[in-house]
Parts: sequence; structure tokens; C-alpha cells
Amino acid sequence: MSRRLRILMAKPGLDGHDRGAKVIARTFRDAGMEVIYTGLHQTPEQIVSGALQEGVDVIALSILSGAHLSACRKVMQGLAQKGAEDITVIVGGTILDQDVPELKKMGIAEVFTPGAPLEAGLDFLRGRFPQQPAD
Amino acid sequence: MDHAEDKRLQEALEQWGQQCQVQKLPLVESDLGEPVKVVYTPLDTAGRSYLDNIGFPGQYPFTRGVYPAMYRVRPWAMRLYSGFGTAEDTNRRWKFLLEQGNNGVACAFDLPTQAGLDSDDPLAEDEVGRLGVSIDTLADMELLYDHLPLENLISSFNINAPAAVILAMYVALGRKRGLPPEQLGGTLSNDMLCEYVSRGMWVLGVEGALKLTVDIVEFCTRHMPKFYPFNIRGIIMREAGASMVQEAAFAFANALAYIGKTLERGLAIDQFAPRISFFFSTGTQIFEEAARYRAARRLWARLLKERLGARKPASMLFRFTGTVGGSFYRAQEPMNNLIRGAYGLLANILGGAQGMLHPALDEPFAIPTEETARLALRTQQICAYETGVCKTADPLGGSYFVEALTNELEEKIQKVMAEVEAQGGAARAIEAGFMQRAIASEAYRVAQEERDGQRVVVGVNKFVDPGLERPALQVHRHDPAGAQRQVQRLREVRSQRSSAAVQKAMDRIRREADAGQNLIPALVEAVSAYASLGEIMRLLRDTYGAYQEPVVI
Repeated sequence: MSRRLRILMAKPGLDGHDRGAKVIARTFRDAGMEVIYTGLHQTPEQIVSGALQEGVDVIALSILSGAHLSACRKVMQGLAQKGAEDITVIVGGTILDQDVPELKKMGIAEVFTPGAPLEAGLDFLRGRFPQQPAD
Repeated sequence: MDHAEDKRLQEALEQWGQQCQVQKLPLVESDLGEPVKVVYTPLDTAGRSYLDNIGFPGQYPFTRGVYPAMYRVRPWAMRLYSGFGTAEDTNRRWKFLLEQGNNGVACAFDLPTQAGLDSDDPLAEDEVGRLGVSIDTLADMELLYDHLPLENLISSFNINAPAAVILAMYVALGRKRGLPPEQLGGTLSNDMLCEYVSRGMWVLGVEGALKLTVDIVEFCTRHMPKFYPFNIRGIIMREAGASMVQEAAFAFANALAYIGKTLERGLAIDQFAPRISFFFSTGTQIFEEAARYRAARRLWARLLKERLGARKPASMLFRFTGTVGGSFYRAQEPMNNLIRGAYGLLANILGGAQGMLHPALDEPFAIPTEETARLALRTQQICAYETGVCKTADPLGGSYFVEALTNELEEKIQKVMAEVEAQGGAARAIEAGFMQRAIASEAYRVAQEERDGQRVVVGVNKFVDPGLERPALQVHRHDPAGAQRQVQRLREVRSQRSSAAVQKAMDRIRREADAGQNLIPALVEAVSAYASLGEIMRLLRDTYGAYQEPVVI
């Protein structure tokens, strides 16, 4: 059986609204995935080095302050510098539809905007990593 | 009601139930998952004294309201939470809101200010002025209140970790305008514990933060009789997912922690308890929410009188500002939020709120535009002046259903408060992650119920119109140029101020912190010398120690 998918759930920057991060972390965990939650106030550097240390397959960013463009850009640049572009990065939060194309252009695999269903992230990861063991 | 009458009613109720086959009706649950009966009767409130448990508005135990006349004299205070960009931007928005009929301002600070960082701090990048106004030094405060009269304006500051610095700036601003602290009115949230539980705007460890909390309370008690030194924020926890019961129970537990520390400082309960107020969030469950506020008033009054020995009735009042939490709004069909807001507002008013910070319909996306801010105010004005809700105090009082709910909610709040006490009180419960875990579990439960359709949200999981496109809302966009102006001003202030005066004031803070003195006077000296908020908070963090987050999912 393939190993469980490992996900780093991260809150970059000063935004402390972590309800969404925690709820989504639980949906991943209840689906049999392994979730490491960073806690609040992480710099992009901390997120990148945490992801490498933990050997994760996925970084899930949660940003509700509106500062998602700069935070995502820095995380993607940090991953590129470490040659870790193979890590899948997804982001959710108070993100306006018009910002989605720019995030995708940076290499963000999927963006979850306000109103996304609870399991949208889970469904996306299952599609992207079909060898995942069933829960 | 006498015993024979009770017995007759019981028999009649059973007969009615059989005739109408009540047991075949679908089961209905309250927001908290408790069964709700088909109908409520005097039997549901039997055995309780009206005078002891319900009484009159403005009289102990204040179930029916904190003031005798409630809204007959004037409606609740209508505020909009407002602030963005630089002090000039916010000053302009405040003037607009005051012209529209708001009778006070509720200041939103940006995240760097709330986290005790200057706008040129690397961690503040891209956040300056985004979600609130950026305040680095007294120079910003001067611009924020430019051409606004401090003596008549009620300001409410939503600030916790650097609350003491913001208070010091407000006092310093007053002095510059010739107003002593005695004449300044307003409210400071100064509720640090809720930040550890839910929103993460912390700087110091719990004990250091509580020391500053009490410094503020002591200073205001002695020198600022028109100022409310804390406004306990249930809302922060409710928005993170707390149930209506957890919100009240955790907020009361946090308030008890502040009260305990203030009593240790040597203040008497009746000296400061009249200045305690609350800020709670309300959903759209009209009767349960209104009953919760009735229960909260009774419970708080009894706690203050029976447990803390308060003698003044003013000490026993659960006064609250209500809002409809943004978490009850949805991104789908955003205009529907206007309706949700109106029902939530009604719940607050039937619950007896003293003030309202009503959210704009675009809350799920961004901070409000002028248009959506105006609609939020109009919602309140229509409720106050067109619905008749202000005509009598506690219009739901005496409803068998609402009185039964009030009793049930009071018991539930007490039960959760007892759980916190079993942890050793609020501070210990928070350091152990107890409240955080309970709230995360509740948030997950609600999210699952919404996913499964058990909890109906119109346009989201019921009556969904798949053909509807999300409208392109005109939302407020952050202006990065404002952040550059802010950093520029901070640099100018630093280059123009007297370094010697700043150094002297900073030394005084360090010295008085080491000696365990009240720091507010030293902070006033420091901000008057234009020491920045970030500089002062760094010094305090080095003195008192930083917070370590217990990471809980």
C-alpha cells in the first residue's frame, strides 16, 4: 500500500483567522491523510523549510487577510530556490475570483475561494494523487 | 399558578398531544442540538419565581434588560467597524460615516498594529493598512482625529496586545488638545485572552499581557471615569467557531480572569465592574440568540453579586455590543447577506443590545465600500424606526418558549464555565489549548452539518440555483501606495524626534516594568516623545517574555 499523503497546513503572515485552516486540516486527517499544522505567523521561509523537513507532498496555505498574492509568490519562489517545485501547493481564503489566474500562473495548483464546499480541497487532492489509500 | 391548575394543564396538554398526534410530527432541534417541543406552556417555566428570575428591566437580575426604558428613550448606539489605509484615509471615512448619522466610531487597526509591529517591520510587509488603519506613532493618531472633536466623540478601539500603547496615544492626543484624561470617553477592547484562543494577535506571554491589562484598568479607574477599559470579546471566539454557549461561557471565564487580577491589584469590585462591557456575535436563530442574552444578563448579575460581592447594581450589568458575525454570511448570492444581517440584528435587539456594529454584505470578500457601509447603517435605522421593536422593553419576555430557552441556556453556559474552572481558570485553560480545541471541534461539527444539509443555508446547500453566476461585486481594494506613505511618515517622525527624549522614556518603561509599577504614565511619556508602537512593544516583549502558541487542530 502506498504511504499516506503528507500535507503541511500553513498560515503565512500575520493573519490569525485559523478556523478554516483547522476545519480543512480535520477533513484531510479524517480522510486518512497526515496533516502537520504549522500554527500561526509563519514566514514564507519557515513554511518552505518546514515542508522540506517534513517531506510533505502538499502545502496547503490559508490566507484570510487579502495578502495572498505576495504570500503565495514568496512561498513559490522559496520552493523554486530549494528545487522543491514538485511539492503541490494549494491555497484557500478570502480570495477574489479575479486573483485566481495570477495565482495559477505562479504555479499554485488550485485556489479555493469563499463559498468553496468543505471537501473541495480533499476532492482535488484525491484527483491529483489517485494512488492514495482509501479511508 | 397553583398545583391544581398545573395538574389540569398537564392533563389537557396530554390530551391535546394525543388528539393532534404530536408524537408523529418531525423532531426539531435547536442550534445546540437539543430537542425543541411543538409548543411551550406555563408548565415549562413552572416552579420559578417571576420576581427572582425575570423581574423588571433595570432591576436585578436584569433578565429583561439593563436599563428600565431600554429603547424607548433612544435606540441602541449604531456603529460601523471602520478603518483602512493611512490615518488620513480613515479620517475621511469616519467623517463620511458621522455625516450619515453614526454616533461614534469603532476603529479597526491593521494587522501589524494589532500585532505590535511598526509598518516598516519585515513581517508587516503587504499588510500595512490592509484590514484597518496603520498606527505607528502619535503623529498618526493626530491625523486620525484631524478636525474631529475628541470631547464629543465616542471612540471604540479594537486593540488587545498593544492596547496600553493605543490608550497612551489617546491620552497624549487629548493632552495636546488641552483635554485631561478625565474628559476622554470611549472603549478599549483590552481583551488579550480571546486573542490566544482565537485570533492570534498576541505579543507577550499570558502573565505579562495580564499585567498590562490590569495597568489599563487601574489607570482608567483612577483617571478616566468616562472610559471603558475593557470590552470582552466573545465575538472573536464565536467567529472562530465557538457555539453561542461557548462564546458566552469563555468570554465570562476570561472576564473573571481579568477581574481576579484587578482585585489582586487592590481595586474593589464596585470601583471597576461598572466599566466592564462585552462584544458578542449573533447568528440568525432569533429566539435562541435573544434568550441567550437574557440568560447572560441573569447569570452575569448573579456572578457579580453572589460570588464577587458587588453591591452597586451598575457592577452587575451585562452590557453588550452585538453584531452579526461575518461567519454567518456567505459568498454565494452575497445580497442574501443583507437579509441575514437584518434577522441577526433583530435577534440582537430582542436580546437587548446596547450597541451594534453591523456588518456589511460584502464581509465574506473584503472590508466594506461606502455603499455597503451605508446599507449596513440603513438596516439598523429601519429596524429602529420602522418596525416598532423599540416600543417596549424585552418584548419576548413571558413567552413560554423564550423563558424556557433562557433557563436552558443559562444552565448550559454555567456548565461550560465549570469546565474552564476545572482546568484552573481561563489563563491555564488557554495555555493548555482547552478552549482552542473545543472551538475547533465545534467549527468542524457545524461545517459537516452544513455539508450534509442538516444545517440549511439558503443558496448554499438548499434552493441552489446552478445557473447563477457570482456577481462581480465592487469591493474595496487595498492601495499599496498608502503603505509606502505610511512607512515614509514613520521614517520622517523618527528623523525629527528627539532621540534623547525617546531614550529617556524607554528607560523609564524598563525601570518601572522591573519595579512592577503601573506602566501607563511611562507609556504616555514615550508616545509623547514619538516612540513608535513597535519599539515599545519590542521592549515590553523583551521584558515580559513572548508567547508560545500551543498548536492545536
